[in-house]
Formats: sequence, C-alpha cells, structure tokens
Amino acid sequence: MNDTIVAISTALGVGAISIVRVSGKDAIKIVNKQFKGKNLEKVSSHTIHYGYIVDKEEVIDEVLVSIMKAPKTFTKEDVVEINCHGGITTTNKILELMLTKGCRLAEPGEFTKRAFLNGRIDLVNAEAVMDLINVKTETARKGAIHALEGHISKYIRDLRQEILEILASIEVNIDYPEYEDIEIMTNQKLVPKIKKVKESLKQIIEKSEHSQILKEGIKTVIVGRPNVGKSSLLNHLINEDKAIVTDIEGTTRDIVEGEINLDGIPLSLIDTAGIRTTDNIIEKIGVDKSIHLIEEADLVIVVLNNNEPLTKEDQEILDKVQNKTVIVAVNKIDLENKLDMKKLEDYPLIQMSVSENKGIEELKNKIKELFHLSKITQGDYNYLSNVRQIALAKESLSILDEVEQGIADEMPIDMVEIDLKRAWDKLGEIIGETYTEELLDQLFSQFCLGK
Amino acid sequence: MMQYDIIVVGGGHAGCEASLASARLGNKTLLVTGNIKNIADMPCNPSIGGPAKGIIVREIDALGGEMANNIDHSSLQMKMLNTKKGPAVQALRAQGDKITYPKAMLETLKSTKNLEIKESLVEHLKVEDQKIKGVILEDGKFIESKAVILTTGTYLKGMVLVGSKKTPSGPHGERDVKFLSDDLRNLGFTIQRLKTGTPPRLEKDSIDFSKTQLEPGDDTTYAFSFDNEPMYQKEDQVPCHLVYSNQKTHEIIRAHLKESSMYGGYVEGIGPRYCPSIEDKVVRFADKERHQLFLEPESLYYDDIYLQGFSTSMPHEVQEEMVHSIVGLEHAKIKKYAYAIEYDAIDPTQLKQSLETKVVENLFTAGQINGTSGYEEAAGQGLIAGINASLKLQGKDPLILKRNEAYIGVLIDDLVTKGTKEPYRMLTSRAEYRLLLRHDNADLRLREYGHQIGLINEEKYQRFQKKKQQIEEVINLLKEYKITPKKEVNEYLEKVGSTPLLDGMYLYDLLKRPEITCKEIEHFITLDYPKEVLDQVEIQIRYAGYIEKANKEAEKMLSLENIKIPVDIDYKKIKNLAHEALQKLMDIRPTSIGQASRISGVNPSDIAILSVYLKKQG
Repeated sequence: MNDTIVAISTALGVGAISIVRVSGKDAIKIVNKQFKGKNLEKVSSHTIHYGYIVDKEEVIDEVLVSIMKAPKTFTKEDVVEINCHGGITTTNKILELMLTKGCRLAEPGEFTKRAFLNGRIDLVNAEAVMDLINVKTETARKGAIHALEGHISKYIRDLRQEILEILASIEVNIDYPEYEDIEIMTNQKLVPKIKKVKESLKQIIEKSEHSQILKEGIKTVIVGRPNVGKSSLLNHLINEDKAIVTDIEGTTRDIVEGEINLDGIPLSLIDTAGIRTTDNIIEKIGVDKSIHLIEEADLVIVVLNNNEPLTKEDQEILDKVQNKTVIVAVNKIDLENKLDMKKLEDYPLIQMSVSENKGIEELKNKIKELFHLSKITQGDYNYLSNVRQIALAKESLSILDEVEQGIADEMPIDMVEIDLKRAWDKLGEIIGETYTEELLDQLFSQFCLGK
Repeated sequence: MMQYDIIVVGGGHAGCEASLASARLGNKTLLVTGNIKNIADMPCNPSIGGPAKGIIVREIDALGGEMANNIDHSSLQMKMLNTKKGPAVQALRAQGDKITYPKAMLETLKSTKNLEIKESLVEHLKVEDQKIKGVILEDGKFIESKAVILTTGTYLKGMVLVGSKKTPSGPHGERDVKFLSDDLRNLGFTIQRLKTGTPPRLEKDSIDFSKTQLEPGDDTTYAFSFDNEPMYQKEDQVPCHLVYSNQKTHEIIRAHLKESSMYGGYVEGIGPRYCPSIEDKVVRFADKERHQLFLEPESLYYDDIYLQGFSTSMPHEVQEEMVHSIVGLEHAKIKKYAYAIEYDAIDPTQLKQSLETKVVENLFTAGQINGTSGYEEAAGQGLIAGINASLKLQGKDPLILKRNEAYIGVLIDDLVTKGTKEPYRMLTSRAEYRLLLRHDNADLRLREYGHQIGLINEEKYQRFQKKKQQIEEVINLLKEYKITPKKEVNEYLEKVGSTPLLDGMYLYDLLKRPEITCKEIEHFITLDYPKEVLDQVEIQIRYAGYIEKANKEAEKMLSLENIKIPVDIDYKKIKNLAHEALQKLMDIRPTSIGQASRISGVNPSDIAILSVYLKKQG
C-alpha cells in the first residue's frame, strides 16, 4: 500500500462533472505537478482550488481540485479529487496523465480495501462498499448503502446485546451463588429468551436469503420441448430479438441470455435448447448444457403447448425439475386445448399466449410471489447482503439449536451457556467484533492482499 | 555481607507462597516482613475459596503450593458452592480460623530448608543497569540478592480511612512503607492508587442469634488439597448466620452519606465494583428493601464475628447506629470498626507473563501490588513469581499457564494484558474456557507442571499417576461393557427412574443419562475404585460433548496464541494502525497475536493489519 492509486470515481460519460480520485502518499505531489493554479502542496487540508490540469503547456481541462490530507479521508491516506468536465475523452485524458506521472490504476474496490485496512471502516462497511460497486439495481444499491450506514451492524449488535444480557445473568448467579437479591436464572427461564433471539435471527436470515437475489438476480431457465414457444417468451420478456425464432425444431442450440428488471430485481433469463434425445452432436451439447443449467437455476419455467397432449418428453422435463422452484407456463391458449390440465394441478400454473400477449403479467406476478419480492422491495433493508455473513448467521442459529437441545437434555445451565457464548461469538464475527483466523482468510480472499 | 538468591518482601499470602516455592526449589531465600505475627494474616474476611477463587486454591495445590494444605489444617467449616449447577462452576469455600491459619503457615515457613525470616521494612531497592541487586532496609542495611519478589499488599503508603479521618497505616495499625513506591516510580513504574474496605467485627455474645438464620456447613466433609483427607468432623463445624439490613439501616446511611470517606470525597483510590460498601449498595440499588449480611466466625480462640456484606467507611458513631438497626444486632458490641484502606500499586501491564517486571530485570511482583484483591489471587501469583524467579536464576523458560489451563493463567494474562483500574478479583466469568478449568480436574491440568518444576515430590506424583490411570481404566471398562434390554435390566432402569432399553447399550452411553450415576452403573459391574476416580469418570463422560466444544474454542484461541510477535518489533513501522492501538501495543508489547487481540483499544482491524504485517515479514 505504498503506491499512489488513481481511478475515475464517477460513471464514465454520464453527467456534467466527472471525478478522478487519487489516493496515496504522493497524491498531492503528483497532481500538483500537473496543476496550474495554487501550489497544492502548501494549501491546507479539506480545501477546494480552482485551476487547470496541464500536460506540459497544453491545458487539458479547467478543474476544481479537492485536497484532503491524511488521516481524515476515506482511505486515511492523502486524497486528491479532480472535478473535471464530464465526457469520456477529457476524463480519460486526465486519468492517463496521472498514470504516466507516477500513479497506478486502482483495482476495483481498492480505495475501499485501503479504507478497511487503514481502520477507517469495519468489515461490514467494506463489504457493503464492494457490494455497492457491483450492484445491478436500485433496490440492491439501497441495501448496500444501508449496510454502509451501519444499520446491519446495529441490528446484529442488538441481538448480541440480548444474548449478552442472558449470559450476564447466568454468570452473576455463578459468581454470587448465595445472594438472594439476584434472580436465579434457570433453564426454564431461558427457553422463551432463546426462542425470541432465534426468531429475530431467523427473520434476518430469511430476509437476507431473499435479498441475495437483489444482488445476484434470479437465474431463470426456460425449458420445454422444441417449438413450444420458449424463445418467443424470452423475446417477449426482453423485447429484443436476440434468439432466432423459427418453426424448425432444434434451432435454438446455444444458450441465450437476457436480463430483465422485475420491479428492481434482476431476472437473468436463459433460453435453452430443447431437451430431447438426439444424435446430432451439436444439438446434444446444447441439451447437456440445458440439463446443467437447470441444476444451477433459481427458477425454472417449463413451457408446454396447450395445443398438444402431454408427451413423454414433457413428462421427462417435469421429472428433471422436480426439486426446483418451477412455474409451468402453458402456451398457445389461443389454440384448442388438448393438454390434460388435471395432471398439472400440483404446479404453479400460468396459462398464456405469447403471440397474443396474454398471461405475461400473470407470469411476472407469479415470479414475484414465489420469491417474496414484494417483501424485499418494500422491506427495511436490514439484511445481511453477502454469503459470508449469511453463513455465519446460520451457524449462530444452529448453535442456538444446540442451546435448546442442552436444555431439553437437562444439562446444567452453565453448560448450556457454553453454546450461548459460542452463538454470541459467531454473531460477532459477522460484524468483525470477534477476531478469528477465518476472518483474516476472508480478508485475504476478498481483497487479494499479498506481498 | 548478607547474600541471598531470592528476597521476598512481604509475608502475606503472596509472600508465603513465593518464599516457599523459592526455598523448596533450592534457592537461598529471605522473607522480609514488617511483623512476623502478621505472616499469612487474614485482615479481611475469614474465608478462603468460593467461586473461581476456590479453584485457584486447588490449582495452587496441584502445582505444589501451600494454601490448600494450610486451610485444610485450619478450617471451621466447608461448603461446596453451586452444587445445583454443573461441575465446571462448583467451588469449595472454607471458613478459616484466623489464629490457626497464620500459625500453621508460620510453622511451615520456619521448618522449610533454605528459608530465613527477617522482621524489618524494606524501604528501597538497589538497582544497577535496570537489574535488581538487592534491598535496603529501613535501618539502611543492604541485603544482596539475585532476584527480589515484592508482595507488599496494602502497605505501600497505606492509608486507613474512617469517615473524614485519614491515618497512614497498614491493617491492624501496622506501620506502612513510606518510600518504596517512590523508588518504584523513579525506576519507571506507573503507580496507581487503589482502595479496599472491610466491615466491622462484632462481639459474639452481644448478638441475639435467635433472631438470625442458621447457615451451617455441608453434610459432606471436604479437603482442599488433593493429598489430604478431610481433617474435621462434620458435626464439629462452626456455623455462620444470616441477617438483613432494613429500611431503617438504609435511612441512617442516606442521612450520613456525606460523612463516609467515599461519599465525602476523602478517597482517591478506586475501589472494587464487585465488592461494594454498604453505602454503595444503598445508593446504587435504591429500590432494594434489604441486603443480606452474613455473620462469620473469625476464630475458635476469640469471639469476633465478621459482618460480611457491611463494609463501610462511615465514622464510628454512625457505624454503631447502622449496626444496631439490624434485627439480631440491636445490642451488638463493635469490637473493631469498619475501615477503608488506600494503597499504592503498580500498573500490571508493566509485567511480563512470568510476573517479572519489564522495567527491572529479576524483579518480580505478586498480589495486591499488582492490582489484585483476595488471598487466593495473591497466593496464586506468589507461587508463580516464586517459581519463575527460580527458573530465571537457573536460566530456564518461565512457567506461563495458558487461559485454557488455569484460572491462575487467566488472572495473570488479564493483568499483564489489560491492566486494571480497580482491585482485580477473579470471577468465573473472566474465564472463557471454565468448563476446562474445574475444581475437580486441577490436578489433571497442572500436577505434571508441578512435578517437572520440582514442587511435587515423587510420592505425590505416583499417587496422581495412579489416579490418572484408574480413570482411564474405568472409562475403557464402560466402553466395553454392553447391557441388553433384558427384563431384569429394564426393571432395574425403571426402578431408578430411567427409560427402559430397546437395544443393547454400552454402560458408557448409559452414564450419559442425567439420572444415571456410577452408583447405578455398579448394579451391572463392580467398580472398586476411589470416589474421586468415579466422580471424574462421571464428569468426563456426561459432559464429553461440551468438553469437546470447549476444547475446540480453546484451540481457536491457541492458534492465535501461536502467532508470535517478535520481541524487537517496531510498531511505528506498521502503517495504518489506529493511533490508540499503536500506543497500547507499544506500551504492552504483547508476545502473540492472541494476546494482542485481548488488549482493549486494539480492534479487530488493527489485528488484521498487524497479522498482514507479520505475514509479510514472514
């Protein structure tokens, strides 16, 4: 972390102003050399200066430069922000200039990494910033900002506080066994308290798992026999003619992807080649790929043809997806019904006609319903937004199960407390208040630290 | 000129253990004390042990110290506490006879080879090149030694407080030590002022015991030492009694609050939160209608009764009024008034884990001078200081007990890592792995160390080895013996309130049932072993799951403990450490990442940065 890094920190080409941010021990010196105006090395911290960025004699842009000296900056290093006129060419030119004058291009998230390593922000904050960098939708962005503001940390901290109070009342009993002033904590009294903590934690986990799709999107695979209207459905959804739609069986051999935004939730759509036994090698590759995709999908939409009876092949597809979240979409309802609907009673079912634009809204609503999307989008954003945090919360929950088991086994309260203390520690790991070696491993993996 | 290997300054509980350990390990040892009559004195409560503290006493015994054996010879009654809870938190407490206990200890000291006792006050230390050379007595006489252990208790600038009256003095009106703490300050120690207090003593015959509640000893008899059988008859135990403060008492206290040393602003020292004066209790817990007070006998040889829970620094006449407001004590005669005492202590973060000071080589400290309170805490440190001074003179590595090995380890690690702003008392809640630190297994944890060091003789060691072996035998036996759901088996199980079997079951698994003990197991198989062996087997089997969890947690801690920080690390070279963390790390100079992570003010992000730095240095 001895070098000085630079990056364009606003969206490129959008807006009237762009910011080029420089951080590191030589930040001020490097910018000053290219700056025509006051001597930036002599100005006080947290001030803004008007002038020009120049390359030798050539003026590149008229700019405002903010000088922020360590340690009161985002990275706790010297930071200079060059506010230049928006537009790709000018901004890039300033960036390139900085790169040739001693800065290194920042890796994605590197400012955050420095902020974290310099003790400016905690792990949840850091993760939230990383999330923010990678967000796809507005809802996810709100969630990340919420995390950055420390709401999640507070939520977890409150839960830990509740556990801590239970721990304290158990311990005071142990250390002062003969004092009647102190309420005696028993396993029986513990039961409702543990239940309450578990409930809160469960809610957080449930919400968090749903909200994972804010970031990751819902990976949706559309499957069906050839020519039942998979590609038409996809195209309709993305309003784009990405897939080739013909009446010849087996033309969609490649996996086609599109992305739609369903009330703020990214829905990545994958059209598949039909699943059928085939001798055509190219097509076979497509079929294998489809099966693999089904395994990885969050949601599978099985498209059936209203105009034909359920075939053996349809049944095979339904069998293949039985462990997945499935919507059966019966297409072509504008044609005569030959499909036995009774056989499909157990599935979330949509009747539609893509060609007549019928049933598409119902399909979208069904997706929202299945993934509790209304809950998320109207939620308070108090959820854990990455896999590490969710895994730790789940571990805490299962340790709390052990607490209950101990009570059921009539273990003495000080034994039961061992598990309770472990649950407390685990929750601490989420917000980085408990230091473990795993935490360090996590840091190394997430921020690729090295020599 | 007089010359010794080790000089121990102070004859309290720390000093006794330190000098015994030193002399027993073959060092020519001198114990200097202000008054031989006060050796091993119990100036405060007449009891030894209790939660956590009782386990420290067992640990002292396992390592080869004296306290357990001494209290076995002088107890008035014993009680096992927390018997309704699990084995991890059970602890023994003895009421000790304040005449017999010091007498027995003095005899032991006098009969110990290599140990001399001298009555005098040490007022100065002789230090050359930051290395101790000996001590200078109040009469100016110099005594040379290779190492010195300071166990000065409350005597450094001791100041007794009663109401607005301040008297420079140790407990019992003994002379205080006036210059030694200035010497320490000049050498570079940070000196802090601490406070403790003690309640009034009442004349036994003036108490109306018919109005009090009887608190007898247990029906079972115990011994603290692993090598002793109980030394008393249960019917000979002297009981304690329980009385209560009341609204009237509390009104008197509130009316006179400003006259107490504490609330009148006459005290500089910081007192312990966990052991509040009665004024404190009344102020802080204003809604409590009454507080429990225990009447504890001090000795068979005189009539004083210790009024536990009534420590105060009120003037004498207010104390009279307060005491007489209590039912049963209406006519009680106060034989000795309560007082608070202030004294100088060092900042224990200036100590190494071995209890040698970082400031002066071969100078060790133990007990209240390190900021602790309690006889047991003092004795534990005294023993470790004695052992480590001796090991240091032999050029060997110190004995450092880990947090998962002993309460003594927790105690010392807390002191040297976190320091303390109030007198530090050991509580079970300070130990993260207390299931591993039990009363019953102190010998299994520590006897091996005691033997290696040379404080546990061959006879005791063989006895311990045999016990260990027997425990293993019984466990294996139970693992091999299977019972089947025969009619007679199930009838027996039902008779003892257990569920009948459906399949075969090993006795090992049967013992995991809460209602089954070794007694029930003996219905199926003869277990001709001592009770302590069977008790141990029961605990190890019944709680095996939890013990394993505790061990796993401890391993996590140890993995951080094993990342050592080089002694010569330059923290200033590590970029980006938070300012407070940098200061704390430079002051305390932890030896491992584990220790560093326990320093308050050093946050996980600082630990991350430090770890990254160490990895880079590789």
